[in-house]
Amino acid sequence: MTDIINIALLFAAIRAATPLIFAALGGLFSERSGVINIALEGLMLAGAFTAAVVTFQTGNPYLGMFLGIVAGGVLALVYAVACLKFEADQVVAGMAINFLMIGLPALISGVLYDSTGSTPQIDKAFKLPMIGNQLSYASILAFAIVPLTWYILYRTPFGLRLRATGENPQAADSAGVNVTKLRYVAVIISGLLAAAGGAYLSIGQSSLFTKQMTAGRGFIALAALILAKWKPVPVLIACMFFGFMEALTIAIQGKYKMPSGEPIPIQFIEMIPYVLTIIVLAGFIGASRAPKALGIPYKKEN
Amino acid sequence: MNIFREILWPLLAVIAAFVVGGIIILLIGDNPVTAYSLLLSNSFGSIRDIGWTLHYSTPLIFTGLAVAVAFRCGLLNIGAEGQLYVAAFATAFIGIKFGGSVVDIFGKQEDWSWASLPAILLIPLCMLTAIVVGGVWGAIPGILKAKFGSHEVINTIMLNFIGIALVGYFTQYFYKVPGDPIQRTAEIGKAAHIPKLNEFLPFIPVDVPLNVAFLIALIMCVLVYVFLWKTKWGYELRAVGENPSAAEYGGISPKKQIIIAMTLSGALAGMVAVGEVQGTRHHYETGFSADWGFLGIAVALLGRNHPFGVLVAALFFGVLLRGEIFVDAFTRYVSKDLGWVLQAIIILFVACFQMYSKRKGGVVKG
Repeated sequence: MTDIINIALLFAAIRAATPLIFAALGGLFSERSGVINIALEGLMLAGAFTAAVVTFQTGNPYLGMFLGIVAGGVLALVYAVACLKFEADQVVAGMAINFLMIGLPALISGVLYDSTGSTPQIDKAFKLPMIGNQLSYASILAFAIVPLTWYILYRTPFGLRLRATGENPQAADSAGVNVTKLRYVAVIISGLLAAAGGAYLSIGQSSLFTKQMTAGRGFIALAALILAKWKPVPVLIACMFFGFMEALTIAIQGKYKMPSGEPIPIQFIEMIPYVLTIIVLAGFIGASRAPKALGIPYKKEN
Repeated sequence: MNIFREILWPLLAVIAAFVVGGIIILLIGDNPVTAYSLLLSNSFGSIRDIGWTLHYSTPLIFTGLAVAVAFRCGLLNIGAEGQLYVAAFATAFIGIKFGGSVVDIFGKQEDWSWASLPAILLIPLCMLTAIVVGGVWGAIPGILKAKFGSHEVINTIMLNFIGIALVGYFTQYFYKVPGDPIQRTAEIGKAAHIPKLNEFLPFIPVDVPLNVAFLIALIMCVLVYVFLWKTKWGYELRAVGENPSAAEYGGISPKKQIIIAMTLSGALAGMVAVGEVQGTRHHYETGFSADWGFLGIAVALLGRNHPFGVLVAALFFGVLLRGEIFVDAFTRYVSKDLGWVLQAIIILFVACFQMYSKRKGGVVKG
């Protein structure tokens, strides 16, 4: 077992953790303001698809990443309007956003490229740049956003208002915070960040968009957020943990055999992160406390 | 008046979805009128079309009921997909093991069964398997929620991945006929088959796979209605959904109800296996579900979590599933993925309109 624990594995873990860090930090903004964000998966897909299409068309990954992030913001605005203006059930509306992003990219991709399954391959020269050949600058960015998020959350008036809104919107309101506006901003930030994670998947880690390419990462990011008790630095640790597991499962594949001498079936390797998520949620949720007003629409009293 | 109000908002949601869908069709370069008329003419045009539409509706009635029962207890079951997959594999397993299945392996006959039960025993045994296994897979997130408080939405999503991978493993390594290029199990025994409706209703064309499962689905609508509104258990389940703390104050254990609701929900989702494995396919196949578990969420929401609403909504989605094949085939650009988009828009609108239907009768806006 020790022969696969090496520096390459660490890099693989960082690569796997990158989209999770973006998405989980996105979820952090939304949930600390009191809005559940189960739509992370769909927001990631919006970023991934837009980035892949724009990069393929223009050959400019920066423009791709930027417009991917914008697409996430726009979709998050739709989600925010449903949750905040129409007071839709946040979990239900979030799933609708996820379903929309299963269909819409495939539909558009079918029109543009005659293929609903994936967009065309992007030339290696047009992918997000790498440092050496192990890490993408996007990974550095993801790590850099962690202390930035911490600073915003705990050292700025915006962060204070955000936390107050998520814990006690009535009190925040009487202290002069515009609760609804703040929640809009928080949800849109979550869309921007989640989409950045998605864009990294399609034009950083991979070189094309495939249907549902996030494969549950939005939900794993959410699990990491819960595990991290909605705090930025623990989010990084939780995401690294999941990233490490993903990297490990890939490293094990083909390298180790079952006692019977047959290769370990791929299905069991695929299952590991999902089983882990369940165990982690069951084991840690007791010690984890959600923002008090999470999921509760706020109505201003007259 | 009450009925009218119940129907108004779902109807508006459907109309709104079709308008937005129409705009999308227009934007991608097709004619929405052509697309929508293809949709309708191919799902209602003849007895054959109607038969197919009802056939496509059948699994959605089960999954819609499944999601609705969980919703009534305040839970969102996104795991119907995993539950029906696991149940379908288990049903096929029993159908093979007790159906006297003999498998042809490169010309050599091999008996894979333990016993050969008569139809009168095997049909109910297979049905029971579907219900129990679906129920168990549904109970897991229920227990996790009740015991550890972990959110059922994330757990059901994780269990979808796990369940589908698990039965995929068993199919690939143990129950697939060697040499078969398709990821599917061997055929279940003939004694496990349930009849097609055409066998006693000859006016239905023989190529329509509509089977007895459709009638079972109709019966389940009635049973779920009776359970939820005419029994003490149903009352307790709904009480927890309405207000868990009030229910607990009234002596009802929310934890127990959560487990019961998720078990029933999983069992209903598992019943998809009756129609698909015993009725239509006669084997389990990887990827056999057209996302019925997820569609069940839209069906339940559109049907306002009422069994009869679910029935109507399932028929509506049956039209979409039947018609989209032709829209996909006979338009230049529109693909079947439009179904996901319409579904998402319907869910979003229903969720948004809920505010208005709740605020009836002059409740002051805050």
